[in-house]
Amino acid sequence: MNLLYIAWRNLRFRSLASFLTIMSMALGVALTVLVMSISGIINESLQRNSNVGYNLLIGSKGSSTQLVFNSVYYLSKPIENLKYSYYLEFLPGNERQEQYAKLGGELKDPDRPGVYAMFSRDGFAIPICLGDYVDRFRAVGTTPEFFNLLRHGELNNKEYTFAQGRNFVEESPEHGFFEAVVGSQVARELKLKIGDKINASHGEGSDIHKEGFTIVGILNPTGTPNDRAAFINLEGFYLLEGHAAPERDEESGLEKRPKKSDSTSDAFTKSEKPELKRLAIDKREITAILFRTQSLFNANLMQQINKTPHAQAVSPIGEINGLLQIYIEPVQWALLVLTLLVCLVSAVSILVSIYNSMHQRTRDIAVMRALGASRDTVLIIILCESVLIAVAGGVLGWMAGHGIAAAMSPMIESRTGVQISFLSVHYPNELWVIPGLVLVGILAGLIPALVAYRTDVSKSLST
Amino acid sequence: MLILENLRKTYPQPTGGELVVLDIESFRLGAAEQMVLRGESGSGKTTLLHVISGITRADSGKISIDGNDLTALSEAGRDRVRAAKIGYVFQSFNLIPGFTALENVRLGMTFGRGKYQPDRAIDLLHRVGLSDRMHHQPSQLSVGQQQRVAVARALANCPKLLLADEPTANVDPANQQRIIDLLREVCRDEKVALLLVTHSDLIAAQFDRVDRLETLNRAVASAEVPL
Repeated sequence: MNLLYIAWRNLRFRSLASFLTIMSMALGVALTVLVMSISGIINESLQRNSNVGYNLLIGSKGSSTQLVFNSVYYLSKPIENLKYSYYLEFLPGNERQEQYAKLGGELKDPDRPGVYAMFSRDGFAIPICLGDYVDRFRAVGTTPEFFNLLRHGELNNKEYTFAQGRNFVEESPEHGFFEAVVGSQVARELKLKIGDKINASHGEGSDIHKEGFTIVGILNPTGTPNDRAAFINLEGFYLLEGHAAPERDEESGLEKRPKKSDSTSDAFTKSEKPELKRLAIDKREITAILFRTQSLFNANLMQQINKTPHAQAVSPIGEINGLLQIYIEPVQWALLVLTLLVCLVSAVSILVSIYNSMHQRTRDIAVMRALGASRDTVLIIILCESVLIAVAGGVLGWMAGHGIAAAMSPMIESRTGVQISFLSVHYPNELWVIPGLVLVGILAGLIPALVAYRTDVSKSLST
Repeated sequence: MLILENLRKTYPQPTGGELVVLDIESFRLGAAEQMVLRGESGSGKTTLLHVISGITRADSGKISIDGNDLTALSEAGRDRVRAAKIGYVFQSFNLIPGFTALENVRLGMTFGRGKYQPDRAIDLLHRVGLSDRMHHQPSQLSVGQQQRVAVARALANCPKLLLADEPTANVDPANQQRIIDLLREVCRDEKVALLLVTHSDLIAAQFDRVDRLETLNRAVASAEVPL
C-alpha cells in the first residue's frame, strides 16, 4: 500500500467534501480552458486567414483595418473604391493594351506599361469588387485568376479545388458573363448546387439584382473566409444595375450627384443593355487589388502607393499581427490573470476542505504515527490528498472544457475553418494548467500538511 | 529484549515547576516474554508505553529495545525503531475509518521498513478469525472484531515487542477473555514479547509475571495525588 493510495482512501472516506471540492475546481478549470480555447481559436483563425496568398492589399485611402476586415475577412463595409484604371497600373504594357482593346472607354496613355508593373513581374494583381450579398453571404466580384493564381493553407501552397464543377470563366457560351463559384459553407447553408442561379443584392432590405449568376463550381472547404463567399464574374458584376462608376470630381475623387436628366448612372442605355457589352474602363471601379510581389520590394511599393492621394497598400499579415497585439494580447493577459485567479480560488477551496477535515483526523494521524509513520510521511500523505484533488479537478475541468469545445467544433470549423478535436490545444499556455494545478495542490496542502506534521501524537492518542 | 534504566519523564506544570510522571530505576522484559504491568488509573501506564515506543521522549535514562537505545535516537530514528520493532494495541482500537479491516492491517506494514507482505495481512486476519470480514469497514465490525483487527495490525510488521494498552477496557465482558487469549497466543506463536498494561486483576491473574506500576514507578509511589 503506497502513500498515494492512503491519500486516495482518505479522500474517498470524505467523499462528499472531496467530490464538491473537485467539482468546484473542475468548473473553474473548464471555464478557463474553454475561454482559452476560444481565444486560441480566434487567434489561429486570424493568423490562418491573414496567410492569404498575396502580400499586399491595395485599396482606397481610409482605415487599413477596415480594408483588411472587408477584403480579407469579408466583414464590415467596403471603404471607397479605386478606379479600374488604377488597377491597370499594375499590369505590363501588353496587358493594359489588351484590356483597353477589350473594354474600350477612356484611358490615358494606353500604350505604356503600368506604373507599378515592374513590381508584379513575378506575381499578380487580382481585382475584387465588394458591396453585394448573396443571401447573408458576401458576393465577391473578381476574375477567374482569383482561383487560378491564389493559393491557401499554412504554406500558401494549396490550390483552390472544386468539390463540384469548375472555375468560372470570363465569358462562356452558355452563361455569358454570368457565372459564379460559391464557397463550401455558402453551398451547404443555402443548399446550392451546380446549375442553380444566385442573385446578388446590396444587402438586407434592398432590391435583388435581376440578373442571376449560374453556379458552375462549388469550392472544397479551405478553412478561409472564402468558404463564406460567393464569387461572381467581375464582367457580370459590372453589368448589374448601379454597378457602373458614378462620375467623380477630378480633384477630390468624391462622387458627383447625378443630374436629373440621368435616369441611370450605368454606362449603357436601355437599348444597349440586352447586347451585354462589357463595361468601359472609365466606368469601372474596384474595391481592392490583391497583389503578390517579391517580398523584397514590398516596403518600396507600399511607400510609393501610400504617397498617392487616393490609394493605400497594407500588408494583411502585418495588419493582422497589429490587430493581435492591440486586441488579442490584452485578452490573453486577461486570460492569464483569470487562470491565476481560478488557481487561487482552487487553492483556497482545497485548503479549506482539507484543513477542516484535519480537526477530525488528528487521532487518525496520531495512530499512523504510532504505527511507525514519520512526520514526513504524514506530511506527504496530506500533500498527496491535495494534489489528487487538484489533479482530479484539473483533469475533469480540462476534459469538460475540451468536450464543450469539441461539441462546438462543427460550428467553429464552419465559421473559422479551425479544426477542433478533443485533444487539440489552441492556446499554448493551456498546457500549464495541469502542472500549475499540481503546484497549487502542493501549496494549498502545505498548511494542513504542516498541521499533520506537528500533531502531538501522545496528546492526540490520549484524548 | 526491553531494558529500562533510570527512566525519568516529567511534564512542566502550569504553576511552574515539573511534575514527575515516570521514575523507573530498572525494568527488563525478555524476548518473547509475556507480562502484565498492573496499575490504577493515573499511575502512568499510557505514558510509560508512549515513552517505551518512542512516541514521547524520556527526559533521561535508557530505553533499549532489541539492542536499540531509543534515548540516543532522533525522533525519525525512534519512528524507524517503532515501525520495525514495536506493535501497539490501543485501548480504543483506533482503526482508521475509511480503510477496510485488511487495509488497516496493511497500513501497519506500509510504515515499516521491512518487506511489504500483503499476504501476511490476510494470514493475520485469518488467525484472528476475521477471514470473512476482511473487506468490512471498521464501522461494520463489532467492538470485539475491531480489537482483533487492531491485534492483527500490531503484528503486521513482525515486531519484537507488542505493547497493549488496556486492550480489553472497551470490549464487552464476553469478548475480553477472547482478546487476551488471542494476544497471548499470537505473541507466543510469533515469538513476540508482550507487555500488557491493565488495571484489571482478572486479567493480571492470568499472567505468570505481574508487576505493579505503583511499585515500579517511584513517581507514583511518592505522589500524594494520582497522576
